[in-house]
Amino acid sequence: MPHDHHDHDHFHHEGMSPSGHPYRADNDGPLTYWQRMEIAIRELLIEKGQLTPAEISGQIDAMDARSPANGAAVVARAWVDPAFKARLLSDAASASREMGFDIGPLNLIAVENTPQTHNLIVCTLCSCYPRNLLGLPPDWYKTREYRSRAVREPRAVLQEFGLDLPDTVTVRVHDSTADMRYIVLPAQPEGSEDMTEAELADLVTRDSMIGTGLPRQP
Amino acid sequence: MAERVRVKTLMPPGHVRAPWYLRGKVGVIERRLGAFHNPEQLAYGLPAAKKPLYRVRFTMADIWGNEAENPSDTLDAEIYAHWLEEADTHAT
Repeated sequence: MPHDHHDHDHFHHEGMSPSGHPYRADNDGPLTYWQRMEIAIRELLIEKGQLTPAEISGQIDAMDARSPANGAAVVARAWVDPAFKARLLSDAASASREMGFDIGPLNLIAVENTPQTHNLIVCTLCSCYPRNLLGLPPDWYKTREYRSRAVREPRAVLQEFGLDLPDTVTVRVHDSTADMRYIVLPAQPEGSEDMTEAELADLVTRDSMIGTGLPRQP
Repeated sequence: MAERVRVKTLMPPGHVRAPWYLRGKVGVIERRLGAFHNPEQLAYGLPAAKKPLYRVRFTMADIWGNEAENPSDTLDAEIYAHWLEEADTHAT
């Protein structure tokens, strides 16, 4: 019998699931100071008629709906349309709005990868990221390790991401310290010249717009 | 504003957007970004005057000296004008 334990050499630990993994603790500990503060302010805003619960949910939905696909569409347009690319490099926020993306008050700078230059984005002070265009940043982007090492040893960090850059390429790190947000305009992969704009957008990864990766190969 | 600038070695408490690792370092102005409300007041809900903001480019050698991973690689950061001084006025 498969569930007759007498002859099994595996064993069960106290507190382990049937598959042998520890149960994850419930996350119902006491609220932190800042969690209480957030709830208090949210409830006050609702009580005083400044906001409705539906508006808050709607805003969360809008934030969750933003994804790297928005940035990928911008990059693909820049690859196929030199005039758009010029506008993107002079004012990336206006160029993104021109494509219909509602990015609010975002101040965006696009930095272009070339055969001589590779760009990498970081926010050493916190987690600044072009969320209004790309959505939420990846968890590693917010870690102390990435934030401190990206400015201290960017090439070592890039190697860990699988990017081994020759010395002929200058690495330019951009620390989002104040009001600007950044997007890397990666170089168009060789062999993708005949692809449509939509096909090109599928090559553009989130990491290629942070600078920790390159676009997919066609 | 001079092209070559040094980040002031101030150490005020509070919400400051000039990162510690750039204080005292010399770079060049990469571009002028216009004026933005000073985050040092804005963070506390205080009236915040608009201050000129610059992108300053440092070489890794400027920042890390002999410890630089690759001396000619660069780092750009946004620094407010009140955190910058002309690099040659306090040359060492």
